[in-house]
Amino acid sequence: YRPSRRSSSQQKNLEGYVGFANLPNQVYRKSVKRGFEFTLMVVGESGLGKSTLINSLFLTDLYSPEYPGPSHRIKKTVQVEQSKVLVKEGGVQLLLTIVDTPGFGDAVDNSNCWQPVIDYIDNKFEDYLNAESRVNRRQMPDNRVQCCLYFIAPSGHGLKPLDIEFMKRLHEKVNIIPLIAKADTMTPEECQQFKRQIMREIQEHKIKIYEFPETDDEEEMKFIRKIKDRLPLAVVGSNTIIEVNGKRVRGRQYPWGVAEVENSEHCDFTILRNMLIRTHMQDLKDVTNNVHYENYRSRKLAAVTYNGVDNNKNKGQLTKSPLAQMEEERRDHVTKMKKMEQEMEQVFEMKVKEKLLKLRDSEAELQRRHEQMKKNLEAQHRELEEKRRQHEDERANWEAQQRIVEQQKLDLSRTLEKNKKKKIF
Amino acid sequence: TPYCGHCPSLDKNIRPLNLAGHVGFDSLPDQLVNKSICQGFCFNILCIGETGIGKSTLMDTLFNTNFENFESSHFEPQVKLRAQTYDLQESNVRLRLTVVNTVGFGDQMNKQESYQPVVDYIDRQFESYLQEELKIKRSLHNYHDSRVHACLYFISPSGHSLKSLDLVTMKKLDSKVNIIPVIAKADTISKSELHKFKIKIMSELVSNGVQIYQFPIDDETVAKVNTSMNGHLPFAVVGSTEEVMLGTKMVKARQYPWGIVQVENESHCDFMKLREMLICVNMEDLREQTHTRHYELYRRCKLEEMGFKDTDPECKPVSLQETYEAKRQEFLLELQRREDEMRQMFVQRVKEKEAELKEAERELQSRFEQLKRLHADEKATLEDKKKALEDDQVSFSKRRAAAQLLQGQSLTANGKKDKDRKK
Repeated sequence: YRPSRRSSSQQKNLEGYVGFANLPNQVYRKSVKRGFEFTLMVVGESGLGKSTLINSLFLTDLYSPEYPGPSHRIKKTVQVEQSKVLVKEGGVQLLLTIVDTPGFGDAVDNSNCWQPVIDYIDNKFEDYLNAESRVNRRQMPDNRVQCCLYFIAPSGHGLKPLDIEFMKRLHEKVNIIPLIAKADTMTPEECQQFKRQIMREIQEHKIKIYEFPETDDEEEMKFIRKIKDRLPLAVVGSNTIIEVNGKRVRGRQYPWGVAEVENSEHCDFTILRNMLIRTHMQDLKDVTNNVHYENYRSRKLAAVTYNGVDNNKNKGQLTKSPLAQMEEERRDHVTKMKKMEQEMEQVFEMKVKEKLLKLRDSEAELQRRHEQMKKNLEAQHRELEEKRRQHEDERANWEAQQRIVEQQKLDLSRTLEKNKKKKIF
Repeated sequence: TPYCGHCPSLDKNIRPLNLAGHVGFDSLPDQLVNKSICQGFCFNILCIGETGIGKSTLMDTLFNTNFENFESSHFEPQVKLRAQTYDLQESNVRLRLTVVNTVGFGDQMNKQESYQPVVDYIDRQFESYLQEELKIKRSLHNYHDSRVHACLYFISPSGHSLKSLDLVTMKKLDSKVNIIPVIAKADTISKSELHKFKIKIMSELVSNGVQIYQFPIDDETVAKVNTSMNGHLPFAVVGSTEEVMLGTKMVKARQYPWGIVQVENESHCDFMKLREMLICVNMEDLREQTHTRHYELYRRCKLEEMGFKDTDPECKPVSLQETYEAKRQEFLLELQRREDEMRQMFVQRVKEKEAELKEAERELQSRFEQLKRLHADEKATLEDKKKALEDDQVSFSKRRAAAQLLQGQSLTANGKKDKDRKK
């Protein structure tokens, strides 16, 4: 319970009176004004004396003819019922809720008879979680089950399968205090053996029953170790007051004597009462709040956040709130999208380059062919020109020749004519 | 301690039971107290005031110790908050005290720059706690609570009224932190002036709607002393770590030529009242108010900002899981939408580019066609010319052949004629 030393702090000595030594008194005063709450669950087959024990523990008639205990209510199925009472002592108010489970273990087939109990505990956790999670939070009544007294029948032979099943299923949801009921049906030796057997089986099945917290106080630790040796506590309860040696005590009258409830040589009732009410009630509440409830809550929220995917492998993720988790996921997604964008951009650029290259090649090819054809045509043109020139030259020459011949012919014919004419004369 | 408001023990449906003897649950407050002593306490106090007004001295005096004090100048560019944590012990009670000092407060031109860093600091501590509270795996009972439990606001002993900076700052802070205004260096004000000053300050606070911390009067055990003290607000304090010999004792005091101001003399100043109220009587209440009022307000606003509600549009209650689930759905859809958008945009670009390139291809093609036509035309012209030349050549050869024929004929005719002549 030491607060984490996250920020570095310096030790300083006071040079005189300050007054914060009064803080505990302030806390005391405020807690009394606020009042206290406690929810105690009692589980066990009928006839084990649960109601009687409650009445003995709280020295009252929680269960009376008016408000009958679970055994007097005939139930066919296991119910979970609660009784709320307000008790006051020494100026301290306690709102006590006793949750009992009539019908538990009484059926022929008791498989699943723990389910209503589990459901009840979970429902209370859920109520608290919802109240705690509201935007507008108001006074939150705390109905979470802070302690479960589990009654073991005094068979003397060890735990029944039902006992083991029940405790295994509930030890991580609630503080379990196993009790041996009707301890006055066993001798101290039988009781001792029975206790050892039970503790062995509890260890064997790795059942985590409620453990007393370690303290620095040596005296206290000695005391706690003594109690640990006597677990599970064997109790006797009684609604009747009997006179023994001039004293009025709660007890059970037998022909051979009186089994006194508050006699620590007769049973462990006093230890139970002292531990449950006088010394460890607050711790039971704290463990419920800091351990059992937090387990429930983190499981519930992790399921919601990860939609059932088992992300518990990456334990680190659970140390963030779901919102911070989503923020991180969003950032990751942005990075992922950037990468995707880059990749797509690259592919795009590459494809465009390819296409452009192809286009350029086509253009070059086209240009080349055009040049080629142009050259070709020009060559043909020149050839034709040459041929034409040759032809023109040839013709011109021939025509010139012809003209000469014609001229000659003409001259000749003229001369002949002339001669002819001369001859005639 | 878990968030637990008042227990509904006032519920009328709950039957009271009488106890036939001593059960022993009256030890519950002791059990609670023992646990908290084991765990240790924590208290965070913020001092706001101008440079040199005596914040550090007052802290040293209040807690009877010598905290690390830094000299600061008036030329800080912006207000800084300096937090230091100390582990103190008195009797069997361990206290982790964090003292936060403002450095450079009031030295800025713009008042907003003075108070904003303070508001931000307070909000940061709330945010830090809220983040822890919202985590899936959290450890609240181990968490070092850094939220500011009390804010001592140091008022300059002008004797006249509050400065506008004071009013503006306190107004900004009154819904975030328990404000306890104190008049600093009270030994510079005369008794009558002080009385008027206090009245003026309180009335200014009221008329400006500033909610300062009231010592609680709902608990009968302390109602009387708290009510009386509420009437002395704001406390006029003097701080000093110097000791002066008074009679046979050494007392904390300030020595002037005209007398000795004793810090712990109630007729000299309200230091004792401050210490009693702040530390001895109401420290726990200050912590509680911070948690149940100021923090809850911050949390509520923050969650509403983030879109959390307690009921859905049909006014049915919504659980946290449902809200988270809905948010997660929304979130995943948004991520998907963004991805789709990006892809869409890309598809668009590709389409456009493809069209561009196709257009370029087409252009090239038409150019090609054009050139082809050009060539065809030129070729045709060339062919025509060739044909013309051929025709000319043919007709020429014909002419020539004909002429030759004629000449041959005439030659033979002329030969005959000549022959005839010669005869």
